[in-house]
Amino acid sequence: MDAQHLDLIYLIIAAAVATYATRFGGYVLITQLKNIPPRLEAALNAVPAAVLTTLVAPAFVYGGLDVAAAMLVAFVVGLRFSTLRMLLVGWLAVMVIRHLIF
Amino acid sequence: MNRSDFREGLRGGFPIMLAASPFGALFGALAVENGFTIADAVFMSATVYAGASQMVGIELFGNQVQPWLVVLSVFAVNFRHVLYSASIAKHIRHFSFVQKLLAFFLLVDPQYAETEQRGERGVPITFAWYLGFALVIYVPWIINTLIGAVFGQLIGDPKAIGLDVLLPVYFLGLVMSFRKRDRFLPIVATSAIASVAAMHFVGSPWHVSIGALAGILLAACLPSERPAREVPVVEREA
Repeated sequence: MDAQHLDLIYLIIAAAVATYATRFGGYVLITQLKNIPPRLEAALNAVPAAVLTTLVAPAFVYGGLDVAAAMLVAFVVGLRFSTLRMLLVGWLAVMVIRHLIF
Repeated sequence: MNRSDFREGLRGGFPIMLAASPFGALFGALAVENGFTIADAVFMSATVYAGASQMVGIELFGNQVQPWLVVLSVFAVNFRHVLYSASIAKHIRHFSFVQKLLAFFLLVDPQYAETEQRGERGVPITFAWYLGFALVIYVPWIINTLIGAVFGQLIGDPKAIGLDVLLPVYFLGLVMSFRKRDRFLPIVATSAIASVAAMHFVGSPWHVSIGALAGILLAACLPSERPAREVPVVEREA
């Protein structure tokens, strides 16, 4: 196994430890702390949406017109349907754009 | 170990397993596209076992983002589990320490939701039930990752068959699943603008930290809309 691949293994282990910390952390926290300050709770609540948005917005702006169009279509589908349907429709849209239109 | 409880858990987890299966396979295929071997993908599914954060991990890894930032992003996406483990602590107090260690490892979104609901209804949470519910989701998650990764290795150009669009759409779906939360729109708008600006002026990978921080700071500064909930809302991860 070369050094670069070993780095990836370490990265996965670190990610696993970080994830386990979140799954055990609340239990530790609740036995130590009775109340979480409201502003801290609001900040913690915002974390996942804020992080995931940073993976969506730049892809939409810089990912090319075909990707942006597929994301728009998927967004409309996502207002009513599941993530799985969004993926299916988004994928169909990008395939149509790439292979039938251009 | 009570066999009928275990079987009840297996039955309860079965539909969740079916719903999660395509995502396991999708993760496997995209992981290979992003430079993982089949073994790496299976190893990640078996050890991290948190779909959304695994997708974030491979996306950032594929874009050569610094390792510490990849781990931090995985941690951030999984942060909701802190609320879950705090919330189910009261229902699994009777588990032994080793049982608790295992139970928290397997605490994915549907596992939390089901445990919490059972607890609220006053149904006792036995370890046998918990394990049955968890294993029928965990083991197929790994197998589906393997199947997806094997399939992914057969694909030549991911763009030609449209695979590159799946990650952004998947992340979009996750963001939309939070839309019932307090102050969703201002947070997402702030993070979106900040991440695009950071991408333009600073460059990748800083758009992740800068964009996320902007939204989180805004959430901390805005006045609260309603009193804090006692039970955290479960996300629809997949």
